[in-house]
This record gives sequence, C-alpha cells and structure tokens, in this order.
Amino acid sequence: MAAARRPKGTARRIGAWLRPVPYLLPAVAAIAAIFAYPLARLVRESTQQSYGGITTDVGWSNYQFVLTDSDFITAVTHNLLLLICVPVLIVLSIFFAILLHETARGRWLYTTVLFLPYVLAVPVVSVLFNYLLQLNGGVNTVLRAFGLGVLAQDWLGSETWALPSLMGVIVWKELGFGIMLFYARTLSLPNELWEAARVDGAGWWRMHWHITLPQLRNMIEFYAVVESITMLSWVFAYVYVISSGTGGPGTSTLVTELYVYKNAFGYGTNNLNLASAASAVLFIGTVILMFVNFRVRRVELHA
Amino acid sequence: MIGQAESEKAERRSNRRFGVVVRQALLVSASALALLPLYAMLTAAFKGQNDYLAHPLSLPLPPSGAAFATAITSGFPRWLVNSVLVAGVSVFATMVFAVLAAYAFSRMPFPGRGVTFTLMISLMVVPPIVMLIPLFELMSDLNLVNTYEGVIVIYAGLMLPFSIYLLTSFFNTIPRELLEAGSIDGAGHLRALVSIVLPLALPALVTLGIVNLLWAWNELLIALVLLQDDSKKTLMVGITIFQSHNNLNVPVTMAGLLIATVPVVSLYLGGQRFFVQGLAAGAVKE
Repeated sequence: MAAARRPKGTARRIGAWLRPVPYLLPAVAAIAAIFAYPLARLVRESTQQSYGGITTDVGWSNYQFVLTDSDFITAVTHNLLLLICVPVLIVLSIFFAILLHETARGRWLYTTVLFLPYVLAVPVVSVLFNYLLQLNGGVNTVLRAFGLGVLAQDWLGSETWALPSLMGVIVWKELGFGIMLFYARTLSLPNELWEAARVDGAGWWRMHWHITLPQLRNMIEFYAVVESITMLSWVFAYVYVISSGTGGPGTSTLVTELYVYKNAFGYGTNNLNLASAASAVLFIGTVILMFVNFRVRRVELHA
Repeated sequence: MIGQAESEKAERRSNRRFGVVVRQALLVSASALALLPLYAMLTAAFKGQNDYLAHPLSLPLPPSGAAFATAITSGFPRWLVNSVLVAGVSVFATMVFAVLAAYAFSRMPFPGRGVTFTLMISLMVVPPIVMLIPLFELMSDLNLVNTYEGVIVIYAGLMLPFSIYLLTSFFNTIPRELLEAGSIDGAGHLRALVSIVLPLALPALVTLGIVNLLWAWNELLIALVLLQDDSKKTLMVGITIFQSHNNLNVPVTMAGLLIATVPVVSLYLGGQRFFVQGLAAGAVKE
C-alpha cells in the first residue's frame, strides 16, 4: 500500500533535486550573465587584437605590453601605496569605537554623526573635497585660522601631495564603517570582561591591549580584508572625480582601475584588448588575495 | 587603612572624571571633522559665488536660493528621476531573486549546494571594473547601451552575491521546527517562505534593502560608461559632468551635491536602527 502511494526512490530523489531549480534560476541566470560570461569573454579578448574590424590572436603580447607599461606599473604602485590607509583606518576606528563604548552622554549622537560620511556617495565626497582642498578652500581656511597658514597649499594640484590628500579623503569617508563594526562588537561583549582589570587598577592602554583587542580579532581581520580590497580595486570613483578622469596631476593619482578605463574609453586611445588584459591582471590579483585570505583562515581553524 | 582606601577611591573617581572630559573632547573633535565638509556643502549651496570665494566657511547670510535655481534648471530633476528609477527597480529585482535563492540555499538540500554557494559568494570581491569592458560589449550587442534596462540588469547581478550571502545566513538562524509543518511538499515551500520566513526576516530585508539602495544610488563606474546620453544619466554621472562644467560656480555645484545627498541621508537617518543592527549582525557572523 505504502509503496504504491510513494514514487520510487530515484524518482523521488530527482524530484527533490529539481525542487530548488525555480528558486535558484533567476539569481543564477543573472549572475552568469553579469559575472561568468563577461569573465570568459574578457579572458578571450585579452589574447586578441582588433584593428579595422579584423580580430587576430596575439597570444600574450597584450599582457607583455601591460606588464611592462610604465603607466601600469605606476598605477599598481599607487594602489599598493593606498594600502597604507588600511592600518590607519584600523587603529583610528578601534580607538573611536572604544571611546564610544566608554561614553554614556551623547553616544547616540556621536554614532550617528561619525557614521554619516560612510553613507555619502563617493562622487559627492570627491567633488566636495575637490573644492575644500583648493588653495582658497575650506581646509586651508581652517589651517590659517589655527595659525598653520604655512601648511596651506593646493593639495590636489601638487604632484607630491595629491596622493596623500586622496588617502586623507578615503580615510575620512571609510572610517565610519570601521568605527561602527568595532563598536557593534564591543556592545556584544559582557561588561564583566573589563570589570576585573578595572578593579586591579590596570591602565587604559594595557587593559584594552590585553582584553579588548583579542576580542576584536576576527572583526579586525574582516575589516582589513574588506578595506584592502577597496584600496586595490574599488577606488575608481574617488580618483576619477578628484583628477577629472586624468589620474593627474601627471600620473600622481593614476590607479589600475583608471588605467583600464582610460585605455578602454578614454579619448583617442581606445584599445579594448589592451584594457582587457589589464582587467584580467587585476582579476588575477583579486583571486590571489582571496585565496590568501581563505588560507589564512583555514590555518587559523586548524591551529 | 580605611583612609587610604577612601583616598584611592577618590583618586580613581577624579581620574574617571578626567577620562570623561578627554573622551568627550576627542569625540566632539572627531564629530566636527566628520561634519565640517558637510557644513561647507550646506552653507556654500545657499551663497553667491563672490560670497563663497571671500569666505568659504562663513554662514550664508542672507541665504540665497540662486544656486538652487540654477541647479534645478540644469538637468538635476531629470537625473534624480533616473537615479530613483534605476536604483529602485534594480534593488527590488535583487531582493526578489536573492530571497528565492537564499531560501533554496538555506532550506533545500541539493547536490553541489556547498560548492555553488561558495562560488557565488566569492564573487562578492570581484571588482566591477573587471567585467566593465565585456559588459559594455555585451550591452552594445544587445542594443542596451543608454537604456535603463541594461544598467538595471548589471546592478542586480552585482548586488546578488552579497544579498544572497546575507539572507542565507539570516535564514539559517530561523529554527527548523517553525518551518517543518509547511515544508512537506513542493508547494509548501513557497507558502512557508512567504508566510513564515519573510515576516521573520523583515529586519534583515530592510537592512539589505537600505545597503543595496545606497550602493546603487552611489554607483558611478557602470553608469558612466553605459548611460552617456544626457537624458539617461544618473545623479552620480550628472554631478561628475556638472562639476567639470560649473567648476567656476562653486555654490551651484554644492546645491547639486545637496540635492543628491538629501535622499540618502534621510534614508540613513530613517533606517538607522536596522542599518547598524544588520551591519553588526552580518559582520559578526562573518
């Protein structure tokens, strides 16, 4: 009786396998169209060269050109320099998260305000700082008001200061995210954790170094990875707006994303195949970073 | 003995009071630094050009609406509508697709589930610039350059990996017993999803909706390449172009920035509770 009512084992199993299909299909189709297909096409086109409607296979020569192009090397170097922002962000955001945690009065207001820059759009922030960092802009006005007028200069117009200024803008905008992450984590920790140290009269630095930091470890790792990825491959909007699409002055703010964009869509220099090769290099870099991240985590799990 | 203990306690109390003052001072300075650029934007938007050049940080007295009038007649309303349309539709589609997929990942065993899930969420870190050129070529092949549809599909695709990841980890926290009653046959799944899972997941859905809306609203690269027609530009592309044209008239640009910023800041202040909670939850699980 029971056997007759139920479908056979394999039929049942196939039925169970097919059940998720309508749930997954829309997402999988969209992801295939936006990630998988473009990646495959990118790899193919990066080994070709099109000229006057004729496409020929050129093997690795696009890669050879990109990897020896001094502009590309400059761009990659700038991305690596931007990584300096990561430890700065980590230290500052942990510091302010702890301050917030230890503050009762005005805490809600401070969290709201400190997170605000993170909500703003990168193009908006960049345009804003374009004006603020001009010779007669707000930043120099503040410096002069504090008697630091000697420091005042055209921050984004100087080859020396353009990249450090860009870093400042990025830190200003990204800091709120870190503060909020670490602050949320400290909220989830029990108060007794610090109680004993306080009773023993341990100093502020010692207490947080030995008690708070170890508790934030996973979060620090997460934040470090997210921000490293940002510095290496998500800074296009900052640079594009701040340098008006040039990566200038000179090549002082050129980054890999802008290198790709300029080669693909810049005026006069449209070489999609070359830009594809540069994109592929960027992709390989991301994959390596991801792999390292996974490995670090696995090692930790085994330890 | 008692006296010493008392004086130690007093010392600790005064230390604490000193600490409170230092903390408040540091937090006030940090808040001032966070707000100063926004203050500059707000005040400059209500000034005239000469006033701004003379005193970039002064209060706009008397406030002038001239900059706004210029900004409003130069494309901003059109770009605002485009941004609302592109962000709204792409986020809605993303949410629907992500809910369905996350439910399957969380509640339906199927072969290769773990691998598919890992592959999908590792796409989170692939920067859009990598896909930009082939996506542009794909959209030209399909005649979708300068259309909302092209950008909407791309945005949805780019938002999906993170959305599926966040919702799956949230769905996993819903106790199995709550669903067992409804999930015996295939039809029961959809009912369980709509009547049990979705109401429970409301905070996660709101959080994800806000995060995605902010991302889509603020996106520049894809929109810059795919929406070059002036009538199709989003606010972010508009601002970027507008800045270079109105470079000399700072207040007009600042008014434009303000127009683009008010919606996201309202969204943030309105949904702040969900936002911070969800951000913490998502990251803690990670």
